Amino acid sequence: MSDPLLPRPDQPDRPAGTEKSSVFPSADSGMGGLETHDMIVGEDLRETEPMASASIEVIDREKPRSLWQDAWRDLRRNWIFWVSAAIIALLLVMTVWPSLFTSLDPLSCDLSKSQAGAESGHPFGFDTQGCDVYARTVYGTRNSIIVGVFTTLGVTVLGVVLGGLAGFYGGWWDSVLSRITDIFFGIPLLLGAIVFLSSVTSGGVWVVVGFLSLFGWPQVARIARGSVITAKQQDYVTAARALGAGSKRIMVRHILPNAAAPIIVVATILLGTFISLEATLSFLGVGLRPPAVSWGIDISAAVQGFRNAPHMLFYPAGALSITVLAFIMLGDAVREALDPKLR
Amino acid sequence: MAEPTATEAAIEAVMDKRVERGEPILQVRDLEKHFPLTQGILIKKQIGAVKAVDGVSFDLYQGETLGIVGESGCGKSTLAKVLMNLEPATGGQVLYKGEDISKVSGRALKAIRRNIQMVFQDPYTSLNPRMTVGDIIGEPFEIHPEVAPKGDRRKAVQDLLDVVGLNPEYINRYPHQFSGGQRQRIGIARGLALKPEVIICDEPVSALDVSVQAQVINLLEKLQDEFNLSYMFIAHDLSIVRHISDRVGVMYLGKMVEIGSDEEIYEHPTHPYTQALLSAVPVPNPEGREGRERILLSGDIPSPANPPSGCRFRTRCFKAQEKCSVEEPLLAIPQVFRGEDTPAAHESACHFAEDVDVVGATNGDQAE
Amino acid sequence: MGIEATEVTADHTRGRTSDSGDAPLLQVRDLQVEFRTRDGVAKAVNGVNYSVRAGETLAILGESGSGKSVSSQAVMGILDSPPGFVTGGEILFKGQDLLKLNNEQRRKIRGSQMAMIFQDALSSLNPVHTVGMQLGEMYRVHRGMSKKDAKVKAIELMERVGIPAAKERVNQYPHQFSGGMRQRIMIAMALALEPDLIIADEPTTALDVTVQAQVMELLADLQREYNMGLILITHDLGVVADVADKIAVMYAGRIVETAPVHELYQRPAHPYTRGLLDSIPRLDQKGQELYAIKGLPPNLLRIPSGCAFNPRCPMAQEVCRSEVPPLHAVTEADGTPVEGRGSACHFWKETIHG
Repeated sequence: MSDPLLPRPDQPDRPAGTEKSSVFPSADSGMGGLETHDMIVGEDLRETEPMASASIEVIDREKPRSLWQDAWRDLRRNWIFWVSAAIIALLLVMTVWPSLFTSLDPLSCDLSKSQAGAESGHPFGFDTQGCDVYARTVYGTRNSIIVGVFTTLGVTVLGVVLGGLAGFYGGWWDSVLSRITDIFFGIPLLLGAIVFLSSVTSGGVWVVVGFLSLFGWPQVARIARGSVITAKQQDYVTAARALGAGSKRIMVRHILPNAAAPIIVVATILLGTFISLEATLSFLGVGLRPPAVSWGIDISAAVQGFRNAPHMLFYPAGALSITVLAFIMLGDAVREALDPKLR
Repeated sequence: MAEPTATEAAIEAVMDKRVERGEPILQVRDLEKHFPLTQGILIKKQIGAVKAVDGVSFDLYQGETLGIVGESGCGKSTLAKVLMNLEPATGGQVLYKGEDISKVSGRALKAIRRNIQMVFQDPYTSLNPRMTVGDIIGEPFEIHPEVAPKGDRRKAVQDLLDVVGLNPEYINRYPHQFSGGQRQRIGIARGLALKPEVIICDEPVSALDVSVQAQVINLLEKLQDEFNLSYMFIAHDLSIVRHISDRVGVMYLGKMVEIGSDEEIYEHPTHPYTQALLSAVPVPNPEGREGRERILLSGDIPSPANPPSGCRFRTRCFKAQEKCSVEEPLLAIPQVFRGEDTPAAHESACHFAEDVDVVGATNGDQAE
Repeated sequence: MGIEATEVTADHTRGRTSDSGDAPLLQVRDLQVEFRTRDGVAKAVNGVNYSVRAGETLAILGESGSGKSVSSQAVMGILDSPPGFVTGGEILFKGQDLLKLNNEQRRKIRGSQMAMIFQDALSSLNPVHTVGMQLGEMYRVHRGMSKKDAKVKAIELMERVGIPAAKERVNQYPHQFSGGMRQRIMIAMALALEPDLIIADEPTTALDVTVQAQVMELLADLQREYNMGLILITHDLGVVADVADKIAVMYAGRIVETAPVHELYQRPAHPYTRGLLDSIPRLDQKGQELYAIKGLPPNLLRIPSGCAFNPRCPMAQEVCRSEVPPLHAVTEADGTPVEGRGSACHFWKETIHG
């Protein structure tokens, strides 16, 4: 009984029941509003009156729940999340084990089947070179996902480090880093990529990843800088400084976990963008180049024979659209779950 | 109603004694905090300064509560930050047991931090939403491992939860699972963890509901008695400050304009700003409200970047004269009361100090 | 039980009305508002009755989550919907039920016949337009005035609410004004079309004490001058004591006590009101330990059965946990009714008469 609530001595005697109040532990109160639907109801369950049936439900609600757990709970209820997650899971399996989906080799082609339609064992038909479109679409997943995932990783690491430092240290650091960000931001990614990649002779997948990472980070850096600054200004950071916490602890324990949400959202959406960028570059002939298998290359090759054999364009383009859409939908679902305003 | 009065007198006697004992634990001398106003992006040029705190001096004694009141923009929150060494002072001294805290750094500063802690205004932003209550209250122990050995920390955190009136089983929950008042208790527990001697409370109850404010204030008073804490209690609510404080300082535009015991300030204010402030407080008693006289100030607080010459209050003062714009009144016992044995003889920075019982005039008649 | 409660109040109000002769400007009857959130349905307002007459000030007193703001948003027709829905009751404004009107008809009433003042003046004013433009818009839209005439009117209004150098400042933007001045502009905007009813939602909470006093004084002056009805929504017992004629205390979506201002402060008839009055520190007294109401205000998704205040109430008995108390008409110890008083407590007699 930490805080006995003594009735004021000058108050008139209260009817029976008053005595009980001093037996209660100091209970507390606060915002009882709609905005606090997460609030604990029964307060101190140690000695409150037994509330029989009600308390069972209450206890369940009172389990410790972190904000990440809350976000996950919301995410789980969102069908958009499940649809996009299922598509992405399928794509990942295709990336790692394409042979699970087809026994054919995307590079062994039969010119006699050039532009032929679907037949048994070849559900998507053949392209101009007589290669199986289904096998090429399946094998094309790998390069798209590799470019998407690794570019996003690279961009996030660069962006978080540079943007985070600018936001955290501010001042002179921030001025310099922000100007550099602006310069990179000013370079149109697609144009830059065409210029840069066309001067490189070997168009391997890692060259594309490297280039896109090098020039794609400013967007993440800006978001990271903004959310680090927002987190930095919160009272809990001041509180940690008042306790004598050092920069490292403040950064790792207080700022990063609170700045992460918007970065995660933007990274998820960017992933889809990078996949479509890779396809665009490959289409233009400066990204991946044959004999690499890529949706962009196939789309490019299909354009000439489009009138006679639209299926050659339809399947790789469809795969690309679905993949990009899946990541953008996932990003949207994640944002909805993480957005504090909706909570 | 004779008895309560007697009790009150007894309580006041005890409190007066408390004020008089010992050396001050915190001595603030001519403290200044000026924020430079700059222009330019890369090459910054100073074009002026916001004088948020401009020459403030006072003492804080062991076990007492010093209330600081003033309106927004008067510099009271900046004062708290400078005292906590969260913002470097641009002038003056803050002496903790004789040691200037603005001159120390590293380990020595960390040691002083242990002894001066803070409770924040907003219980919603002052707790890290990604950490459990146990981690939040236990963080002081991680930063100062010497206070509690590793094995004892969980127990120490649970004890602290118990001390502030929360169930120790809540240790694994997250801040958003608590109401405003409960969060403020968590913030207080964190402030207590290092067993500080001084706690600076910056508007600790102003974000809370009326019925919860009383709970938190009672808790703060209980903890003060239990741990012999000194409080600096910053607030804009004059009624709460009177309730909790032994001494009160009134700030206006970066300066302390009047300081004294709670009785001196509330019953014998001599500075016109204090008088206006007290008379503006709405009294929770409708009796006699038609006849109530209010000192209504005109205008708003001037910008601290460009304060008026002489007395800073003169632009809104109902007593202002020529002298006020030329000569800055110093914070001292006014000439008229000097040497007299009256509660009006306390420090007040006004050329025309006068003892007016504003509170008594507005509601004293129906108090009892 | 709910029905019973309504009947008592309705009688109660009728009695008052016939006494004084004139019909109330606004009469709210058994108003119900709920919020459909993803965690369930929150009953934010649960059968609320009150009335305001011209020239009268009704204070709705309550803590956050008591439903005091939500009920007035429902009256203004500015409830966020979804998630908020008015699910029952009547809002009679000059005898006409506002809930039966369509959006267009309600929009015409807003601004010209009833207006609202918000707590946060900065976010309620549009930052990209000058204040003169925003004030003038009221006249242009509702009265079809020319731009020039509207500006003249805007300057007049600004002078009326005590903004110095109105002629020059009419072309400034909201951020160029101080908090107190912005609140004056909000008041000017609310007054522009001389409405009959003003709803002020915590109008001075964000302001400093000295400015607060100025703004409340202005509001009271203007109310007197235009003989408006004023609903003041606040949690501040001091402000209420200063300006209100009558008070409705709300708790968990219900009115738990109604009383004329002097009566309420002298002898509260509900334990919640009494607890609130006891728990505020006084400027003129160096108190002992403050009385504190224990416990938490209820979560609106799970309002306690019976009287919503029972888990926090020092007087709670078994009946309080099972039966919702209706708003009893409060009488003197000898049974003579006290005008305008009601208490939703099973033990109101014990509370008020000891």
